Amino acid sequence: MNTIVSIQNLSKTYDNGFNALSDVSLDIREGEILALLGPNGAGKTTLISIVCGIASATGGSVSVGGHDIEKEYRQSRSLIGLVPQELHTDSFESVWNTVNFSRGLFGKAPNPGYVEEIIRELTLWDKRDSQIMQLSGGMKRRVMIAKALSHEPRILFLDEPTAGVDVELRKDMWKVVERLRQQGVTIILTTHYIEEAEAIADRIAVINRGKLLLVEDKKNLMEELGKKALYIHLVKPVDAVPDSLSKYGLSLSNGSLVYTYDTAGSGTGITGLLNDLNKAGLKVRDLETRQSSLEDIFVGLVSRDAEKAENQTSDGAAS
Amino acid sequence: MTGFNWRAVWAIYRFEMARTRRTILQSIISPVISTSLYFVVFGSAIGSRIQTVEGVGYGSFIVPGLIMLSLLQQSVSNASFGIYFPKFIGTIYEVLSAPISFIEIVMGYVGAAATKSLMLGLIILATASLIVPITIAHPAIMLAFMVLTAVSFALLGFIIGIWADNFEKLQLVPLLVITPLVFLGGSFYSVSMLPPAWQMVTYFNPVLYLVSGFRWSFFEVSDVSPLLSLVAVAGFLAICLAIIWWIFKTGYRLRS
Repeated sequence: MNTIVSIQNLSKTYDNGFNALSDVSLDIREGEILALLGPNGAGKTTLISIVCGIASATGGSVSVGGHDIEKEYRQSRSLIGLVPQELHTDSFESVWNTVNFSRGLFGKAPNPGYVEEIIRELTLWDKRDSQIMQLSGGMKRRVMIAKALSHEPRILFLDEPTAGVDVELRKDMWKVVERLRQQGVTIILTTHYIEEAEAIADRIAVINRGKLLLVEDKKNLMEELGKKALYIHLVKPVDAVPDSLSKYGLSLSNGSLVYTYDTAGSGTGITGLLNDLNKAGLKVRDLETRQSSLEDIFVGLVSRDAEKAENQTSDGAAS
Repeated sequence: MTGFNWRAVWAIYRFEMARTRRTILQSIISPVISTSLYFVVFGSAIGSRIQTVEGVGYGSFIVPGLIMLSLLQQSVSNASFGIYFPKFIGTIYEVLSAPISFIEIVMGYVGAAATKSLMLGLIILATASLIVPITIAHPAIMLAFMVLTAVSFALLGFIIGIWADNFEKLQLVPLLVITPLVFLGGSFYSVSMLPPAWQMVTYFNPVLYLVSGFRWSFFEVSDVSPLLSLVAVAGFLAICLAIIWWIFKTGYRLRS
């Protein structure tokens, strides 16, 4: 797949000295759905804002569709649609006018048929003549999406699109995302709902404290970093892990033993464990395995990064 | 998309003009009423004591000054509000992320603000012509002065709208700078009516040159040379354009 957005050594330090991005490099492939995950204040919105032209970088470069975002801003920006995190809308405008306004801003000739299609798809057709101030929060979010799609972008940035919206809108939104994916539109998504990223993304990028911690195919990520837990339900539940099994690092869960192992390792150690269970006279009633979710992986990465930062701070203070 | 983005300019212009239609009372009717009140107070009450100024009936004499007063105030307030409001509610993100140059953004916002104040100026002129006799010696020059003034002060309003980070600042310059300058710039009197010391002070007021040149296009009487007036407006326009160019180059108060 071709690279459609190329971010090289991007840095951003705000006037107050806050370092929002540090040397971020990321290639986004054409047609993929990339989920950008990170806690609040990690730098996700700053990254998107720079690519879209809302904020200026203090270092590095970005090209979109092969066009530098500074020197060839017209070409690069015309490829991008943005749904920002906050609900910024012109309260007094009608839905129809505001969507057409967005299309005009991007230099596209009027196309009422296309605009109608988007508005219908986002179930806004009945509200097309309503003032935006009369709409609910969820409806306003739909308007924001319609505005971002109004100029037929090849790249769509969705910054927390499902924050605070109901299940129905989320479903509608993912339908639109799926349709766009089939049309080859590249989608970059930030979300707090990790299960959504897990369900729809092709690749996952994790950002924390302005640094990109990883970019990985979701499938590989799940396989590489995914740990499995084997739940051993015993005929007679135990209240302590027998000493003879201490080498396996077992834990207890409601009288059952839990064995955590790495699926990517050369051997899982399950056979040895089962033999030793037998030797210890423990009879197995049932076995169950559970896979780590993307959320577990994400939380693990971010907490390790936070620990690292804490250690660096305390080392610095000590020296 | 590589060339001039006319559609974006048109989109911003239409959007801003639609706002005028929605707020017709505030945008058009209210200034017309307040200007009519000026006519009642200055034209009828005071005008009954002052017969003529430099050979022109006082009621007619103040017409160009009144038009200028509205033109300046409305150009500044329309343009400053036009750009400040998207900043305030956050919709500016869309303009900043669109494939538009700063010239196109300025053309859209300033063009709409200048159009609105020009419409208003012409409405006031029409209203005035119903009350006092008006002759326009040089209609083309009159219109040129109006257009230049409307555009220049809309540019100033645009700068104020970008600089302001609260509503108080938005009102500060029009209230504390523009209005006193207009009142002290010979809108309602001829500079020759002032004592010599105040005459000297008045010559430092840029609005004097606007009002004087504009009045010349009506009655061929002026406090300063019409050419000097034209040069002053053009100079002011150039300064505003230079500041706006700098704003967009640096992203001042627009891009974080």
